[in-house]
Amino acid sequence: MVHLSKPPVHPRERRIILKHADEPDYDASLETYERHGGYAELRKAYAMKPEEICQEVLDAGVRGRGGAGFPAGMKWKFLDRKSGKPIYLICNADESEPGTFKDRQIMHKDPHQLVEGMMITAYAIQAAQAFIYIREEMPHGARILEAAIEEARAKGYVGKNILGSDYSCELIVHRGAAAYICGEETGLIESLEGKRAYPRIKPPYFPAALGLYMCPTIVNNVETLCHVKHIIAMGGKEYAKIGSPNNSGTRIWCLSGHVQNPGYYELECGAATYGDLIYEIGGGLRPGRSLQAVIPGGSSAKVLRAGERFTGKLRSGDAFDWGIEDIPLDFDGPAAAGSMSGSGAVIVVDDSVDIVEVLANINAFYAHESCGQCTPCREGSLWMKKITTRMVNGGARTEDVDLLASIGDQIAGRTICAHGEACAWPTQSFVAKFRDKFLEAAGRDPAEQKKRPFRMV
Amino acid sequence: MAFEPSPQLLEYTEKVIPRYPQKRSAIMMILHALQREVGYISLEAQEWIAAQLDLAPIKVREVVTFYPFYREHPIGKRHIRVCRTLSCALNGGYQVCEKFKSEFITGLNEISPDGRVTVEFAECLASCGTGPVALIDDDLHENLTEESVKALCDQIKAETPAAPVPAAPAHA
Ligand SMILES: Cc1cc2nc3c(=O)[nH]c(=O)nc-3n(C[C@H](O)[C@H](O)[C@H](O)COP(=O)(O)O)c2cc1C
Ligand code: SF4
Ligand code: FES
Repeated sequence: MVHLSKPPVHPRERRIILKHADEPDYDASLETYERHGGYAELRKAYAMKPEEICQEVLDAGVRGRGGAGFPAGMKWKFLDRKSGKPIYLICNADESEPGTFKDRQIMHKDPHQLVEGMMITAYAIQAAQAFIYIREEMPHGARILEAAIEEARAKGYVGKNILGSDYSCELIVHRGAAAYICGEETGLIESLEGKRAYPRIKPPYFPAALGLYMCPTIVNNVETLCHVKHIIAMGGKEYAKIGSPNNSGTRIWCLSGHVQNPGYYELECGAATYGDLIYEIGGGLRPGRSLQAVIPGGSSAKVLRAGERFTGKLRSGDAFDWGIEDIPLDFDGPAAAGSMSGSGAVIVVDDSVDIVEVLANINAFYAHESCGQCTPCREGSLWMKKITTRMVNGGARTEDVDLLASIGDQIAGRTICAHGEACAWPTQSFVAKFRDKFLEAAGRDPAEQKKRPFRMV
Repeated sequence: MAFEPSPQLLEYTEKVIPRYPQKRSAIMMILHALQREVGYISLEAQEWIAAQLDLAPIKVREVVTFYPFYREHPIGKRHIRVCRTLSCALNGGYQVCEKFKSEFITGLNEISPDGRVTVEFAECLASCGTGPVALIDDDLHENLTEESVKALCDQIKAETPAAPVPAAPAHA
């Protein structure tokens, strides 16, 4: 039983990845996919040389959609091809950064697009085997993908001698088991090796050199791998014309929280602003409410406070002076405003909730998800959770505000993986920007706090 | 007592191991199949898996105890996982969880007195645009309200015969 809703497409959208996904008669079958021209790009790609495909992806400038925004073509270039070891391709379908729900739409509604993108990528990097690592909480998604792969294998798109060529590559679906840290690429690799998902330290364990089974490995996000198909269709240089310089292509933005029309919206990079997304596309806030904060790229992204101004100079040399609503929806916009676009998850917080409780909710997440290898992350995430929860429940001390901030400051940069930053950035930014609210919260009376009707911790 | 795999589990295990370049990689998929069939993963079952993969049993146990989804003890017949994370919480996720608990007169992470359910909090289920959401076994339920939760609970009660179990904490 799968019935993901099919919301209408907003006129501001430019759908490439989700072009067909929400059409009423579009389903996950191979027959439907082929009827819409599916697997034509696979044929086109297999008539090219692998290095030509890599060049197209490099020319396209497509940046990773999983969180870090690293250019895919560049990552592929780093592959250690001299070692003679087998090369592996892994699709990161762990989709677990809070606020993110785009990969779910692709996998459930258009699985063959991912299979095609992956088999083009596998050929381009000459992978010996390919994997989709999907989170456990999407059991239907895993079944849909397995069925799609079976259909594709029967047609010669996956498996032995793909399209009659001498290139063979198996694609298998591997399921996680509800641990967020499996989204971190080296944690994912350890998990796929059948171990605890303990991230590896970089250097030396860059997956492109020492990945799965210590072999060269490419890990890309679901959305990134789907773009490969469209890069082949258009040509890298044509694709690069979509969006803005350094921010090519479209992105699927996931809008959630306190907005009237939450949902996923695929937009050309840089063609809209956070204001457009929240107010025009997302229908704005609930009646009578005003904006308190926006988390611009998944819950680990630094928070933006309503009314804040962001000033500085762009890459182009032009000066900017933005409010939240003016920030361009692309990779570079939120980065210029001191935060990040991360996984494309925009979480809107109105004035109906206590901002300290918002942070307490976020901190509970990261404390739960630390893998426990590094002391600053394991202990720090727990203490940040404890302090913010106490502020919410009442009974904290004024000096806890600085203590909280200092714990955050002692994590980032001192850990094996970027979960350290992911758990520190919310605390650092919330306390810096909402200091008044944290000071106020530190003085709360536990008896009063017990009575609050609405809870988030 | 040694673990006796069902013919289906045996067949699945034999099929899934060779898919991977290294045997050990098959642990998680076998654990999934086993937990789905048996309901939880006993130490005996872990020893059996270890033997299939030529591993020391501890290599299996360290996986079982790391990942929140694997469990070493039984739960209620239906597994209710309510999203706890921010976008759902902003829209009432905690209230939804309270409603599930009160409908089955149960605490978090326990087997309800009627044996029908175990209610847990889950972290972000990647459906934040339709929050609050909950997974009931394999199925995602979106845009939950107190009323829709009540309806879901009534449905579970109708579909799932009560089977009270002796009161003991299901798992930590
Ligand atoms: C703590 C943490 C969690 C992450 N979770 C995810 C995730 O759920 N999905 C994802 O695609 N990338 C996630 N990433 C990013 C991956 O490590 C990796 O950069 C990405 O999969 C690369 O794909 P891309 O270049 O196509 O974006 C996470 C990173 C960190 C540090
Ligand atoms: S930073 Fe945190 S999640 Fe990452 S390896 Fe260290 S303890 Fe684990
Ligand atoms: S916050 Fe509940 S599904 Fe993401």
